[in-house]
Amino acid sequence: MSDHQLPMAGGMPADDPRSRAEDPVDAAASGFVEKERANPAVAGHFDADPILTVKDLRMYFPVRSAGIVRRTVGHVQAVDGVSFQVPKGGSLGLVGESGCGKSTTGRLITRLYEPTGGAIEFDGRDIAKTSSHGLKPLRREIQMIFQDPYTSLNPRHTVGAIVGAPLLIHNILPKDKILPRVQELLEIVGLNPEHYNRYPHEFSGGQRQRIGIARALTLQPKLLVADEPVSALDVSIQAQVINLLQEVQREFDIAFLFIAHDLAVVRHFCPEVAVMYLGKVVEIADRDSLYNRPNHPYTQALLSAVPDVKQAAIGGRRERIRLEGDVPSPINPPSGCRFRTRCAIAQEICARVEPPLLQIGKRHKVACHFAGELGHHPERPVTASLLGVDDTGTPDPGASPSVGIGNDPGYSDTWFDLERKTMASA
Amino acid sequence: MTVQASNLESEHLPDPAGAPEGEPSKIAGKSPTKLAMDRFRRDKLSMISFTVVVVYLLVGIAAPFLVHFGVLDPTTLHNQGKDSLLDANTLPKGAWGGISWDHPLGVEPGTGRDVLSRVIFGITFSLSIALSATILAITIGTVMGIISGFSGGWVDAIIGRAIDLTLSFPQTLMLLALSSMGVATVAEFLPGGESDDIPNGFYVVLVLGLFGWPGIARIIRGQVLSVREREFVDAAVLIGASRRRIYFKEILPNLWAPLLVTFTLTMPAYISAEAALSFLGVGINPPTPTLGNILRSSINYSIGDFMFFFTPAFLIMVIVVSFNLLGDGIRDALDPKAAR
Repeated sequence: MSDHQLPMAGGMPADDPRSRAEDPVDAAASGFVEKERANPAVAGHFDADPILTVKDLRMYFPVRSAGIVRRTVGHVQAVDGVSFQVPKGGSLGLVGESGCGKSTTGRLITRLYEPTGGAIEFDGRDIAKTSSHGLKPLRREIQMIFQDPYTSLNPRHTVGAIVGAPLLIHNILPKDKILPRVQELLEIVGLNPEHYNRYPHEFSGGQRQRIGIARALTLQPKLLVADEPVSALDVSIQAQVINLLQEVQREFDIAFLFIAHDLAVVRHFCPEVAVMYLGKVVEIADRDSLYNRPNHPYTQALLSAVPDVKQAAIGGRRERIRLEGDVPSPINPPSGCRFRTRCAIAQEICARVEPPLLQIGKRHKVACHFAGELGHHPERPVTASLLGVDDTGTPDPGASPSVGIGNDPGYSDTWFDLERKTMASA
Repeated sequence: MTVQASNLESEHLPDPAGAPEGEPSKIAGKSPTKLAMDRFRRDKLSMISFTVVVVYLLVGIAAPFLVHFGVLDPTTLHNQGKDSLLDANTLPKGAWGGISWDHPLGVEPGTGRDVLSRVIFGITFSLSIALSATILAITIGTVMGIISGFSGGWVDAIIGRAIDLTLSFPQTLMLLALSSMGVATVAEFLPGGESDDIPNGFYVVLVLGLFGWPGIARIIRGQVLSVREREFVDAAVLIGASRRRIYFKEILPNLWAPLLVTFTLTMPAYISAEAALSFLGVGINPPTPTLGNILRSSINYSIGDFMFFFTPAFLIMVIVVSFNLLGDGIRDALDPKAAR
């Protein structure tokens, strides 16, 4: 492993205040909102085979009544039919507002929760129903970086114990070899390897997150679920941690499921992005399509909420789409399309028929009856003919619904062209 | 290694990001434990009670050696012949229970044994019984509390009912009613006969410990419910840690604060319980002294020889109050936000 020393080790380490001013990392802190740095991992993202395939994943948390006989009175449908793929060494971003089920999705994939339904295929095996005993070998392959660096490290353990624990548990190295390996890992994440016997409270937030990353790297996983890894950090530290994650990904060829609510961070990190709303993926696309040509009204609203520095500089103000009302309760979600209660273009069909996740481009899927770019939403539902219903959503006896549209992970070679309303291919 | 050098140096500079780094100067962040210890040291009452408790413990530890080397003599009788220190009514000769240079706290009425030696040796036995019972109760309570709090579901329900059942048991009554049978049962597993000190003391420890854990289990369960929601527990699950490792390596170290408070508040309860049980005739019997059985035998002399009655009662009161104040002090030091 020592030949895996990262080249960035010189420029990246810790939160060095003196070098911050001229640090290229810091320049990126303000710049990464705008420009996308060339990342070799991006090029391979769409070509690589999937390491993780999630299909129709569901997680319903039971809601129980009070009292002695705790009857189940309902379910929180935290994740309801989510499908996506993460390629080997690639990274998929998962964005959405609080409570939309993105963290739950991450915890399902790491199997901290047992899913109610659906399949999680990791490296060819379905791990959705594996028993907790059978999961132990899996723990080496899938690791997680947690949101809050202040609670994700045990305050009573030294950094060395925290980072070395996976080696001890999985019996990978003899006890006397653990310390050198721990120091190596600390160096990889840009911490002083001599600090292995310190306690977490002696480190800053950014350094703690590096410790968390070192722990996740200890077992050399193939997939890292990063659950809002930078949202608890200062902006200047965010850039450093993001860059560290990118270096780590490049060096060790780790696939990332990157969960965040910061659209700029996801844009910087992930070649492919999925947008979730109330337990469902509403739009999933490659980075350029999603950020430049969003087709779902929710994605459009989400993107319009990102402050635009360029726009502010020239004095203009971009039109913001304001969503009315609150997110509906996931215990009793709206019928049909879950976004219809807050959607400006919703029509009758939206309440009756759930829109399928329809592929509308080479790497672009959207779940909306009126999918279209902002201001160019069609008058009539584009999905009606595919679903075999008329324009109001009533089943049309004459129509022949196309089978197998929506909710398959990955992209197919043919897609539905919104302009011409026919199937198209590359 | 330039990396590390710059790292080390950077820690001695003020960090514009505002995060504390390492331990450069006097304003460096102290660990919560250090802060609690500082708070504890500033509290005079806590420090006094801490000193008293330490003195008791040292005396308790030293007493058997002092007896062995003849410095203390808790068994020699002075009630016969011309050397007798007792008058015709078997009360000590002289004022204040027969205080003299040889017997600084006087002698026992009836037997003429040295009171100072007896109470000091009694502290050893009283503290041993209280300590063993406390450790037993805390061990059972902690394990049950952690399992109950972490597992939840039906395991939690079963342990919860077991706690209710144990709490609703009339333990004092049972302890008295079953004492002879209980001691006999204990004597089968231990050296010594039925009337010996070891089975007698062991029986008290067992009963106190086996009926004392439910309250502790409830406290610990409540703490575990909050600790288990922290992400490092998830992280431990993710690295494949076993249940046992999560219980005792991840969660238990985070419980030491409530455990320390529980310990210092359970000890005095068991010291006075030992005294009360001695009064009811259960536990170690004379001539082996405990604070409890000395107090019991002194009650008959509460008017005739007040000094003899006062000494064990005062010693019990001081240690119980000190332990309680120590427990309160530790709790305040660990949780400065709690209102007094």
